[in-house]
Amino acid sequence: MTTTTAATTTSTTAPEPLLAVDGLSVAVASGARALVVDGVSLTVAPGECVGVVGESGSGKSLTMRAVAGLLPEGLDVTKGTVRLGGEEVLGLAPRARAALRGRRIALLMQDPFAMLHPQLTCGRQIADGLRGQGGRGRAVRAARRAEVERRLAEVGLEPSVADRYPHELSGGMLQRVATAAALAGDPDLLIADEPTTALDTATQAAVLDLLGRLRRERAMGLVLITHDLRVAFSACDRVHVLYAGTVVEHGPSHALRTAPRHPYTAALLASEPSARERRPRLTAVPGSVPAPGERGPGCPFADRCAFTAPACRTTPVALVPLAPATAGGAGTPAPRASASATDPGTSAPDPGLSGPHAADAGGRATACLRAAGLGPLDPPAGEAAADGAAGTGPETDDAALVVSDVGRRFGSAAGDRQVLADVSLTVPAGEVTALVGRSGSGKTTLARIAIGLETFDSGTVRTGPVDLPPGRRPSTADRRRLAGHAQIVFQDPYASLSPLRTVGATLREALDAARRGGRGDGAETVESLLAKVGLPERYAARRPAALSGGERQRVAVARALAARPRLLICDEAVAALDVSVQAQLLNLLDELRRDQGFAVLFITHDLAVVRQIADHVAVLHDGRIVETGPAARVLDAPGHPETRRLLAAVPAPR
Amino acid sequence: MTARYVLRRLGGTLVLLLVLSVAVFALLQAAPGDPARTLLGPRNATPDALAAVRARHHLDQPFAVQYLRWAGDALRLDLGTSIRTGASVSATIGGRLALTGQLVGLGLAIAVLLGVPGGVLAALRRYRATDRAVQTASLIALSTPAFAGGLVLIYVFSLMLGWFPAYGPGTGGDRLPHLVLPAVALALGVTAVLLKLTRAAVIRELDKEHVVFARARGVAERRILVHYVLRGALVPVLTGVGLVVAYLLAGTVMVEQVFALPGLGSLLVDSVTYRDVPLVQAEALLIAVLVCLAGLLTDLAQPLIDPRLRPAADAPRRPKERR
Repeated sequence: MTTTTAATTTSTTAPEPLLAVDGLSVAVASGARALVVDGVSLTVAPGECVGVVGESGSGKSLTMRAVAGLLPEGLDVTKGTVRLGGEEVLGLAPRARAALRGRRIALLMQDPFAMLHPQLTCGRQIADGLRGQGGRGRAVRAARRAEVERRLAEVGLEPSVADRYPHELSGGMLQRVATAAALAGDPDLLIADEPTTALDTATQAAVLDLLGRLRRERAMGLVLITHDLRVAFSACDRVHVLYAGTVVEHGPSHALRTAPRHPYTAALLASEPSARERRPRLTAVPGSVPAPGERGPGCPFADRCAFTAPACRTTPVALVPLAPATAGGAGTPAPRASASATDPGTSAPDPGLSGPHAADAGGRATACLRAAGLGPLDPPAGEAAADGAAGTGPETDDAALVVSDVGRRFGSAAGDRQVLADVSLTVPAGEVTALVGRSGSGKTTLARIAIGLETFDSGTVRTGPVDLPPGRRPSTADRRRLAGHAQIVFQDPYASLSPLRTVGATLREALDAARRGGRGDGAETVESLLAKVGLPERYAARRPAALSGGERQRVAVARALAARPRLLICDEAVAALDVSVQAQLLNLLDELRRDQGFAVLFITHDLAVVRQIADHVAVLHDGRIVETGPAARVLDAPGHPETRRLLAAVPAPR
Repeated sequence: MTARYVLRRLGGTLVLLLVLSVAVFALLQAAPGDPARTLLGPRNATPDALAAVRARHHLDQPFAVQYLRWAGDALRLDLGTSIRTGASVSATIGGRLALTGQLVGLGLAIAVLLGVPGGVLAALRRYRATDRAVQTASLIALSTPAFAGGLVLIYVFSLMLGWFPAYGPGTGGDRLPHLVLPAVALALGVTAVLLKLTRAAVIRELDKEHVVFARARGVAERRILVHYVLRGALVPVLTGVGLVVAYLLAGTVMVEQVFALPGLGSLLVDSVTYRDVPLVQAEALLIAVLVCLAGLLTDLAQPLIDPRLRPAADAPRRPKERR
């Protein structure tokens, strides 16, 4: 790679990679200068989609922020090179770096609601990124407007969207607008940082399709940063798996999915719930990613790995190619170090979707010391467990929650909206009922009605022993009894725990509330609650800021359990978590439910999670229940088009 | 903006003014002693004089009737006569309104022109030397009482340097130089408040994801600053400007004394000193009206700046995605 020609178009022979990152390290600028990204290398060819996968704290976003020159304050690049079209960019002056953004490289971010300026019209924000479209004249303005409309059409939106403000659009539409804005300067390379994480599954699939189409039409390089392996495998040609700031494994998507060669990749795959079959227990990865500066000399994954040998903790690891880079690059079957079945993936790359690979990109590499000895690790499959107790129709006598014919209308100056219409749902005691639907379908409203946080207009709601009155909030006495019967765990543990209180204070308060309500038997303590959710006692003294996302959600569960509820409502309680942590939490919920015998109303948009945890499913669509039944039946033979749509939207490996 | 929204805000302001006017009128009743004696002032309180005052001010009638008569007169700008001078209250206030108006206007201009750019500068250079210098200066300004600041200003700029006159309102075209020092003294604290507010608002905007996203797609840095960051900071800063108008009005009491300006502030001091209740009532009412107006203007301006604050009836229907 000594040539410096700006190879922005694909050539038939070895093309200059669009992006070549080599040994990139990022460190905290002050203090002990802990490395948050440690020697990451990757290449992206024109028209290629490369996945960068890892859990929170893996350094995946920071790596690509460094590439785009957008590192947050307090972080510096300490080592390595970044070449864009052959040109080294790390040494450029900030002004020259800024000039590259938009034209050569652009970054699309996670939250479509935060990414766009709330006070500027969508059209204006797209126009701001267009090349050479400045000026004030009438003709210039008309041309700019026409160009904005063309860009909107490219992402599948109608021209009138140009005059809308972001708050008038849905998340999916906003992500399209943001995509059009990111592509306004016609960059050669688009980095999409978790572009679908904030969206529900159905919208997710549409945005991924859009990004894939744009990449093909524009022959643009695409780096997809995601924590979701299913998303990466469904959209990317090659995937780099990052852990604790280093690449632990990379290779073609299919090869990685079917025969992972690093225990971390295998563990991630195993903790991923599948919409197709229920596993007896998700293989959760214990512990969490070590913080920067707390990594030992050996393999960063050693503490959580099932295959750790003593040498793993002391010997520094490096990426080792598994197959010699042969001529032709991609698609050459890799000779296996150990006896194993042939890998069907590497011999049949998808010609329609794969871009031309850089010469060195086709091979696989893993940073596991024991790779040769371990051989390809088991892809998770096969061991399907019996689906949930999909027995007889639920008995309404001892049901934890009975909702019948409930309607709720939200009025606003813009017009009324029927959020729930004739909704009937029974959550049987001791079992898990999943309520699924895309965002805006009314799931959360229903959950809030069930525990008296929201009123309803018509119908009846009986939460355990409490009959809720329509049209008004429950009385204080009813509220007390409700709290003793039903508790809720919200999606965002960052928002649902007070940052100023210690975990112990939060739990003590919940215990006191339970005791005042005459529910606690006094036997429950902060320590026993923490033990129930698998947290050590010393966590009682910590504040939420010192906890990881998974640990916070455990605290939220512990708080809910303080009242010894008979019904636990989980409102997207695992949606914001990494897969390995999500698996930990799903397993925990399952154990607790078996142990304590409470019923669960599990609200989610993810049918793979439903398959894993639920006995019954109710599908909510535009405020109506369109399908109910045993989980296995609904997922295996969906009856309603909306159920089929939700199922089809679960990312599937291609 | 719909007419409905404007009307609702106007209605709210009117109700607020109504409540305030009742409170202001009640001042007379709240004053210790017989209201008739209070209104009579230092004059000899003969039974005849007291009876005359009672009759003229309808003091023998119920509170509500008294209030309605008073409010009706006030609407016609007839606010009674000063106890001390016997002159019409409206005329007395009118003669001084212009001076105080100019003083407050100039003070507000200084506060906005110094505080807002200073806050933006501090935010852009946050945690660096410039930021610290600006912040220290604003802390000093904030903790300096207006009279102390005024005395220092007179000493330095009037006595030592001789740039500006030390006291008095000046005459005709001479007004502006006379008002510079008082306006600066008046604006000191308010400038610091606006500066802190602007700095916080701009820093909050700078940290927003849409600013990073604008950078990430190559929007020019200056465009980001003006159209993204400052635009976003406008609403809180404007709200702040609306709020400090009240502080400025209150500040004139002190500053007009120090600079011997015959404005509303010094009139208020005199009226209170001499228990000139009709004048105090009129001034309190005037200040209430001005503060309410400032609030109303801020409220009406906000939907113009931020589309999210626009009433929903205005919002066009959501367009659908193309399939």
